Amino acid sequence: MRKLLRRNEFFLALLIIALGIGFTLANPKFATIGNLLDLIKSFSFFGILSVGVLVVLLSGGIDISFTAIAQVAEYASVALILQFGGNLWTAFLVACCIGIVLGAVNGLLIHFIRIPPIITTIGTLNLYYGALYVLSAGQIIYQVPDFYRTLSGATLPGNFPVLGLFWICAVILTACILKYSVLGRSIYALGGSEVAAIRVGFNILKTRLFVYSFMGFVAGFAAVVHTALVQSVIPNSIVGRELDVIAAVVLGGANIMGGSGSLLGTCLGVALLAMLGNGLTMIGMSSYWNNVMIGLVILVGVTMSAIQRNLQVRRRVANLTAQ
Amino acid sequence: MRRFLNYHRDLIALTAVLLVVLLVMLLLNPERFLTPNNLRSMAFQLPEIGILTLAMMIAMLHGGINLAVVGTANLTAIIAALTIHAMAPKMGSEWLAVALGLGAGFAASLLVGLLSGILVGFVGVSSILTTLGTMTLVNGACIVITGGSTISRLPQSVLFIGNGAFFGIPVPLIVFLLCGAGLSLVLSRTVFGFHLYMLGTNSEATRYAGINNARTLLGVYLLSSFFASIAGIIMMARFNSAKADYGQSYLLVTVLAAVLGGTSASGGYGKVIGVMFAVVMLQMLASGLNLLGVDPFFAIAMWGAILLLVMTLSHFVRRRA
Repeated sequence: MRKLLRRNEFFLALLIIALGIGFTLANPKFATIGNLLDLIKSFSFFGILSVGVLVVLLSGGIDISFTAIAQVAEYASVALILQFGGNLWTAFLVACCIGIVLGAVNGLLIHFIRIPPIITTIGTLNLYYGALYVLSAGQIIYQVPDFYRTLSGATLPGNFPVLGLFWICAVILTACILKYSVLGRSIYALGGSEVAAIRVGFNILKTRLFVYSFMGFVAGFAAVVHTALVQSVIPNSIVGRELDVIAAVVLGGANIMGGSGSLLGTCLGVALLAMLGNGLTMIGMSSYWNNVMIGLVILVGVTMSAIQRNLQVRRRVANLTAQ
Repeated sequence: MRRFLNYHRDLIALTAVLLVVLLVMLLLNPERFLTPNNLRSMAFQLPEIGILTLAMMIAMLHGGINLAVVGTANLTAIIAALTIHAMAPKMGSEWLAVALGLGAGFAASLLVGLLSGILVGFVGVSSILTTLGTMTLVNGACIVITGGSTISRLPQSVLFIGNGAFFGIPVPLIVFLLCGAGLSLVLSRTVFGFHLYMLGTNSEATRYAGINNARTLLGVYLLSSFFASIAGIIMMARFNSAKADYGQSYLLVTVLAAVLGGTSASGGYGKVIGVMFAVVMLQMLASGLNLLGVDPFFAIAMWGAILLLVMTLSHFVRRRA
């Protein structure tokens, strides 16, 4: 089983390398450090969100509302800072707190009312997004505080963008939680089998609340990165991309039924989508083809893993009958 | 009587909510809500989302979801509009070109349904992943085909589907009612419908009962695509144009309406009449709030709130029962 997982990511990495070589042969500018660093920077927002989505999928749930949460956190944090002043840390603090609260609402609804997660979060997506639009009157904030611009331009030695560093931080934080804490193991357990997780003695409420609050936290974190990237706050700039992020995570091998998936795979999934878009443009293919390619990659990916699973089941049945 | 009440509990609850919404809207807009004008505009707006919701509901009955409904609708409209434009000068007869166009549109959408159906039914990919893929693929195809532009100026005979009326009843509404009645018959009176409900309840059991699950699932996605393309034709006729990104915001609303109408998200349960009631309710809410001059996004927030409220209420009712 473990080997199989490793193979999934192995294939993905191979595909990425093959694509990279192909794009570079067609346009040598593709594999330059500058282009790759640009890609990392512009996909840092997407990448951070994907980490949160992975955790939700691992727990056997799904969250559609995270884009609305990010949208609310982004708008509220920038508006509050413009009103009362503040710095980058206040921005993170406010955005993440808003994210945690809205995420916790999802978690509580899913746990206590037993509404399927997809329905709950479609409901809260509409609720959060609609409420934001009504309260903000749909007004665009063109002038964001200066520290966002500084953040966007900031680089580490070697020109590595700080926004990319945030993505790496999110991945490391999640890795520590998933690998080295009881909470992390309980997320896998809940995703594998809820009944089994209860029997073993995990506190399902705590786990679920954590999972959805963590998604909210990540959405808030990503919201600040998004503000730095686009340098303005448009109330409908994030909502509508939720399925793209989920697609990236699923491409990375996460099982949508919960219980399995890895951070490495998720990062590779995001990298694949990032490279496809950027590379196709660089080899002179119209960006109109982006979605067609991504759709094909998703379909081929999910079909291959389904066939693999079917073969495995068949083999197991054959073994049993042989005995 | 009591059995009747128990059996139709969901429908009664929905009717009650519908009446409450109607009453509130009447109280808030005493002069404007029940005017012929407002009723007419509601009757023209409601069918496209209503038929898309039926398309979504079919997929939800087996415990899945069809994220590609809006994309399929747009694909149908684009293929149909392009074929009509290409054929109209050659054919000489406008009607023939329109018939060819609609045929091509339906054929394209059935191909999408075939792909989804084969992957879900025969390969065993989960429905959310399959349709996530087909949705992206179809949206991409729409953009590639149109180059992102709008195809407009359709012949008069097509526009009739979207804007005409028979004896004062808007054609789209008639189409919606026919779709509802047709789907209701298919679900309650055919072997396919019976298999579908059973499959949604317990797919293992149907498999051991000798029902061909794969074939049923293929039928589900073909039927879902078929309804999506009807919605696409209506949208094309009403807007007098086709474009790759029409109705993108409808996708999640159709799930919302289906669930509000009593369709179980885990499959096996859901009635057409409930879904139709839910669509009417959402439309009344949107139109009523619009008449009040309220931000349309307030209606979106209300839809979300009502969905959560109804789910919460039915949870507590179920627990007491």
